[in-house]
Amino acid sequence: MAGTWVFVEQKDGNIRKVTFEMLSEAKKFGDEVSAVVFGKGVEALAPEFAKYGADKVYVADDDIFGDYNTGAYVAQMAAMIAEYKPNAVMFAHTFNGRDFASRLAQKLEAGLATDVIKAEISAGKGLFTRAIYAGKVLAKVEVTTDPVLATIRAGVFEVVEGAGAGEVVKPAIAATAADVYQAIKDFVPTVSARPELTEAPVVVSGGRGCKGPDGIKIVEQLADLLGAALGGSRASIDSGWLGHELQVGQTGKVVNPNLYIACGISGAIQHLAGMSSSKFIASINTDPEAPIFNVSDFGVVGDLFKVVPLTVDELKK
Amino acid sequence: MKVLVCVKQTFDTEAKIELKDGKIAEAGINLIINPYDEVAVEGAIQLKEKKVADEVVVVSAGADKAMDAIRTALAMGADRGILVKQDTAADEYARAVALAAVIKEENPELVLAGHVAADDGSSQVPTRIAEILGYPHINVITSLDIADGKVTCSSEADGGTQVTEVSLPAVISSQVSWNEPRYPSMKGIMQAKKKPVATVDAAAADNKINIVEFSLPAAKQAGIKIEEDPDVAAAKLADWIKNTAKAEIKN
Repeated sequence: MAGTWVFVEQKDGNIRKVTFEMLSEAKKFGDEVSAVVFGKGVEALAPEFAKYGADKVYVADDDIFGDYNTGAYVAQMAAMIAEYKPNAVMFAHTFNGRDFASRLAQKLEAGLATDVIKAEISAGKGLFTRAIYAGKVLAKVEVTTDPVLATIRAGVFEVVEGAGAGEVVKPAIAATAADVYQAIKDFVPTVSARPELTEAPVVVSGGRGCKGPDGIKIVEQLADLLGAALGGSRASIDSGWLGHELQVGQTGKVVNPNLYIACGISGAIQHLAGMSSSKFIASINTDPEAPIFNVSDFGVVGDLFKVVPLTVDELKK
Repeated sequence: MKVLVCVKQTFDTEAKIELKDGKIAEAGINLIINPYDEVAVEGAIQLKEKKVADEVVVVSAGADKAMDAIRTALAMGADRGILVKQDTAADEYARAVALAAVIKEENPELVLAGHVAADDGSSQVPTRIAEILGYPHINVITSLDIADGKVTCSSEADGGTQVTEVSLPAVISSQVSWNEPRYPSMKGIMQAKKKPVATVDAAAADNKINIVEFSLPAAKQAGIKIEEDPDVAAAKLADWIKNTAKAEIKN
């Protein structure tokens, strides 16, 4: 058994922080930890993983891996797993990570625990905690297939630096053009100076109380002052004030930032499910009985149109 | 073209969850079609309205009561249903095996499903089905076009919108923002009662993942709540943001 593998989530050489979070966590299992990176011209990234404890770095560098595509990535990973026999493979719980891990899991007829918030891996066994019903319930699950597969939620594990040998291993390239069944026609990046909702240390959200785009603008000012991601409750998404990709809650995203500020959000159960695990929660709402106050460390009963701009002024002082 | 939609019956997203004897208590909970699957049903019906599809088959794997989810989809406009009787403790692997067996028999050109279920949040089953059937797949879609034996979709990817094209037959999983599902009309509800629903047993498959235990997250305690003049409240909130939550101020 060749320890735990962490699949590197990167785009155009930019490594997502969740990769380092996974490496740091995997070190705790006491077994060998390897980073596995697929891409074009990605070998130069290898020392980055050694900094977070990777004993080995498997680099599959080929034109075919330039952009993520399920078929080629699955073919390559399946061949590498057969060759090197890792005990477990961890992926980020992202658009690509979920896609990759699910198709791979079925190909290998393996068990996969997705959106994991707590992990414990020993030889031939993974014990994982998953927040299901968008965090209303915690399920502890066990995967005993060979290998154990999991996707890990961003932002739950701490990044710990620790020198690893970072020995570069170059596996045979097993994927061929025949494995590719998806044609990526276009990728239009979201134009936003703000950080990604699920990775941001601070999230500022606006709800029904924003009453419209003007209210959202006020919330945005606070978000930008704090370098925060912008989010919204279902009310502000359904009203069209914000795009669906910014929805926090059971049919949107689950976030767990250091600080969550809810502006004009009453706190429906499905919204609370998406943000209650934030470390600090502040809220501003006109209704003193709003359920959001039950989960808030600091609640302000008041009108966000008055309180939020004044708070921005205070913070600037 | 035949379109098959997989639907899962889930708890209402506004439901408060409680545990009873170590299991998730189901008594008194309103059951709905998983909101992501409901969008897939709507997408399929729209394809029929545009004459791209000529038949919409809705399939659900689960307990007998999942029949309600099928009837709801039929009331929205699907043509017929198949209930795959399966223990609700089936995991994503077993569920995918059971659904894929039925899909293989039905041989549709397009399989639709929600990209994730609002209950277990696994987001595995559609992709697993695609692998079993050897079909290409596209996940988390927000638009879909069919032409010349190919399907092209926009997906809500990380950091942007991705446009992907695959050949049919294919498995496509929906994001909730794809469309706005219709409410079944009274006429639709009446018609749904007469539409055919077959019941089959699930193909045998062992779970690959075991649930060890359920627990409820520690309830977050309410902290300070102030009701003061806006300027006073703002000063206190700003102080808390800086000194307690220790957020950085960018400028």
